[in-house]
Amino acid sequence: MSLTFGIVTFPGSNCDVDAYHAVVDALGERAVTLWHADHDLQGADVIILPGGFSYGDALRAGAIARFSPIMREVVAHAERGAPVVGFCNGFQVLCEAHLLPGALMRNAESRFICDWVHLRVEGTNAPMFLSGYATGQVLRIPIAHGEGRFVADDETLDRLEAEGRVAFRYCDATGAVTPASNVNGASRAIAGITNAAGNVLGMMPHPERAVEPLLGSVDGLPLFQSLLARTGA
Amino acid sequence: MPRFAVSIHVVPRKGLLDPQGKAVADALHSLGFGAVHDARIGRHIVLDVESDSADGARAQAKAMCEKLLANPVTEDFEIAAVAGS
Repeated sequence: MSLTFGIVTFPGSNCDVDAYHAVVDALGERAVTLWHADHDLQGADVIILPGGFSYGDALRAGAIARFSPIMREVVAHAERGAPVVGFCNGFQVLCEAHLLPGALMRNAESRFICDWVHLRVEGTNAPMFLSGYATGQVLRIPIAHGEGRFVADDETLDRLEAEGRVAFRYCDATGAVTPASNVNGASRAIAGITNAAGNVLGMMPHPERAVEPLLGSVDGLPLFQSLLARTGA
Repeated sequence: MPRFAVSIHVVPRKGLLDPQGKAVADALHSLGFGAVHDARIGRHIVLDVESDSADGARAQAKAMCEKLLANPVTEDFEIAAVAGS
């Protein structure tokens, strides 16, 4: 029994092919591409909202994509407890869709950052995505965003931490979270979070671009493998 | 049905870092405008809306801000003017 990943393409998505490559070539599973105007998830078990600039980031990153026809099905999929993951712009869409709390604002230093960063694995409520990692493990994963500074009010941040919903934090190579390692100035250096049920993950970094040695890191692959392990596929 | 020009200001919430605003405030300071304490950069949205009254147009604009035009986590909005067009 294999797993089918549904990869959504919005107008302006540009990491959908990277996600497809990660799923099909690196993980060896099946993927279907889902157009934003579709109403059918084509039997996908896992939904990926990829990176890019959906609708040209008009108004706010993710604000328009959230109302795409396919998003009604994606929200229903998430509400059934099935896995939904958003990378980069996909994270922004998940926040705009209220599947995840908070928002992503312009990087503190204003610049678009395209670089390798280190992440510390923290989340304990989402083994669906994280069982392939050890808590505290340090990953090397690329980022590429201008609006990736996670922001939420203190009450929300406290709740995310208390419930083990901070999946990843920006850190240095030793795993220490410092002002310098928090590349975009995110609240509490948060790089990725999960929903309360642990079946929706949003993160600014790109694990789909770190799935084979040729790409410079394989640290993103266990995230996809965790999904396989979880479903017993 | 009458039409109304609805003017909406959306600005980053005070207290949240607005890097664009900070860059502009710094530039103003370097130009000698030392009286500037803070700058925030937002959006000005102008809508041409059908409604039976100015209040109705304003209420529609408020609903639009809450659903789409402003992010409730990071932004505040102000419906600045409603005038018959």
